[in-house]
Amino acid sequence: MAESVTAKNLALAKAINESLRRALETDPKVLIMGEDVGKLGGVFRVTDGLQKDFGESRVIDTPLAESGIVGTAIGLALRGYRPVVEIQFDGFVFPAYDQIVTQLAKMHARSLGKVKLPVVVRIPYGGGIGAVEHHSESPEALFAHVSGLKIVSPSNASDAYWMMQQAIQSDDPVIFFEPKRRYWDKGEVDTEAIPGPLHKAQVVREGTDLTLVAYGPMVKLCQEVAAAAAEEGKNLEVLDLRSVSPLDFDSIQASVEKTRRLVVVHEAPVFFGSGAEIAARITERCFYHLEAPVLRVGGYHAPYPPARLEEEYLPGLDRVLDAVDRALAY
Amino acid sequence: MTVESTAARKPRRSAGSKAGATGTERTTRTTARKAAEPELVQLLTPEGKRVKNAKNAEYAKYVADVTPEDLRGLYRDMVLTRRFDAEATALQRQGELGLWASLLGQEAAQIGSGRALRDDDYVFPTYREHGVAWCRGVDPTNLLGMFRGVNNGGWDPNGNNFHLYTIVIGSQTLHATGYAMGVAKDGADSAVIAYFGDGASSQGDVAESFTFSAVYNAPVVFFCQNNQWAISEPTEKQTRVPLYQRAQGYGFPGVRVDGNDVLACLAVTRWALDRARDGEGPTLVEAYTYRMGAHTTSDDPTKYRADEERESWEAKDPILRLRRYLEASNHTDEGFFAELEAESEALGKRVREAVRAMPDPDRFAIFENVYADGHALVDEERAQFAAYQASFATESDSGLAAGPGGK
Ligand SMILES: Cc1ncc(C[n+]2csc(CCOP(=O)(O)OP(=O)(O)O)c2C)c(N)n1
Repeated sequence: MAESVTAKNLALAKAINESLRRALETDPKVLIMGEDVGKLGGVFRVTDGLQKDFGESRVIDTPLAESGIVGTAIGLALRGYRPVVEIQFDGFVFPAYDQIVTQLAKMHARSLGKVKLPVVVRIPYGGGIGAVEHHSESPEALFAHVSGLKIVSPSNASDAYWMMQQAIQSDDPVIFFEPKRRYWDKGEVDTEAIPGPLHKAQVVREGTDLTLVAYGPMVKLCQEVAAAAAEEGKNLEVLDLRSVSPLDFDSIQASVEKTRRLVVVHEAPVFFGSGAEIAARITERCFYHLEAPVLRVGGYHAPYPPARLEEEYLPGLDRVLDAVDRALAY
Repeated sequence: MTVESTAARKPRRSAGSKAGATGTERTTRTTARKAAEPELVQLLTPEGKRVKNAKNAEYAKYVADVTPEDLRGLYRDMVLTRRFDAEATALQRQGELGLWASLLGQEAAQIGSGRALRDDDYVFPTYREHGVAWCRGVDPTNLLGMFRGVNNGGWDPNGNNFHLYTIVIGSQTLHATGYAMGVAKDGADSAVIAYFGDGASSQGDVAESFTFSAVYNAPVVFFCQNNQWAISEPTEKQTRVPLYQRAQGYGFPGVRVDGNDVLACLAVTRWALDRARDGEGPTLVEAYTYRMGAHTTSDDPTKYRADEERESWEAKDPILRLRRYLEASNHTDEGFFAELEAESEALGKRVREAVRAMPDPDRFAIFENVYADGHALVDEERAQFAAYQASFATESDSGLAAGPGGK
């Protein structure tokens, strides 16, 4: 990105904070809701300082009830508001799952398009921070399977800033998965830039030998993998999906037609995960271009393990490189 | 039981006005509710004096049999629990634990209720019930595994009728209710107790557990430790009426007890357990107490609460008050306190050593117990995992890169 007077170097969490601030400033209908989002600024401080500046009626500490948080956000949206709700950790979204799946996702269709539900559900997700159980999961596939929801996950500060703006402006419900282990990673954010479309994937590293596809926390890992592979003379392309639903198959296809090999990396369990969908569709679209089956690297069909085993469970450099080697060996 | 008037009524919104960001929104107030706080069941004042009045007489008879030795036992339980907790907090700071949820200040609520239980009763805790675990005979070092990150539980729930800690807020109240429904079906006379916090009281699961337990007359005691905070949110963000009054709407009794008074907690819990055993159904006990420390070691309470608040609660310290009572009534001597001090030190040392010696789990533990009957996919992934691990061994053994597998 070119030098810009409007560019700032921000941690990903702070970029979301500034994006929320901008939304609160520009649209009086935007509300922030969730547990501890007020004085504390959220357990990750993503909403830090917002209540102080916008008051308790815009930045709302809710009772400790996720079904209540999402259900009332739906009601507020029906009344013309644009709530951005925070679910404290991935594993705590399930009390709200009923409201999200049976109500939030379907009301637009049921009302023949008359009702719009511009609700953003922010979920810090994923592992790698040494937490106790229910604090490290990646449940995106459980939401992607449901029509009516859009699902996105930024991988860097700039995307976090801009994708949040776009999610809030969207008239559809957006599940906004925030890669919590990247919250503290800094990046350049140009607050005057014109962002690309919310659901478009982005090539973050050009390559010719194989495509690595990832989103959220795994993008950085894949960039590291590509750098390591480059030392062995392998030229990998890395695609940051940014959006899980809709999924930008065109961009994946374009990359695969060039590199002819695809490895999908995510933290969530591989079984019935987003990698399965990508593998199936890319196989349909690119059957004659592929030199190897689409491989997936992700979590196992096992509960997220205790912290001392998470390095074994999570895809790491070696596991992804291993998959890369296998794909290249075909 | 007296019913306090609820928070002031609000006028209905005038027709046509749309609340918005225009600054015209009606503000929600939690005015002067403190002034109308209901009385607590209290048997020991903060100064360590026995209280006798009409309100507590009904409960006091449940501790009429408590001997000086029992009192020393309660004191010992509280001191050792606090010591264990302090050790765990220190171990977290030293990097031996990933996280710790301290019970500091809640010893009386936990020991009082925990000691009211019979062995055949069943306990459903949340994640902070270290004192109750102590009463159940769970080795305290077993509580540390999940906070160290070596397991997601750490004990056999049936070993001591003490269920695993539950992190998802409020879930366990339904399990307790179902378990109690089973107890009733079996015609057993044991009781079940579910612990949860004031924040948890807002969860749908807790409301549903109240409904189910009332409808099925389940022998369950809901023991809510109102420690005034749910991370940064004060109880006012969960309720406009004192929590114990919730029970009334479901058709069972609720009572607020001084949660820093171990004797009162023992008495009220015994009363509630007796009701359950006698087939009178559920009870809600609200133990009014205070979380003296941070929510967990990851929390920073200076962001949301004033120091004076903690100081005012320190004056109501549960351990200090029993000590004052024991001393004033000549139920102890210096030897008792000195011995207990030595015992505390020994416990701290044992916990420290046990944690440091706790091995990391075997990596194959990831695939253990995923299913009771086994599962082909887990078997397949375990085998792949083993082959992958073995490839590193090959690499270092032979000095050659492992050949690509997976063909
Ligand atoms: C369903 C769910 N939502 C959010 C959380 C995160 N969380 C953990 S503890 C806590 C506060 C609980 O407060 P309270 O019930 O009063 O119990 P306390 O910790 O004060 O004992 C929150 C919000 C959670 N564990 N589960």
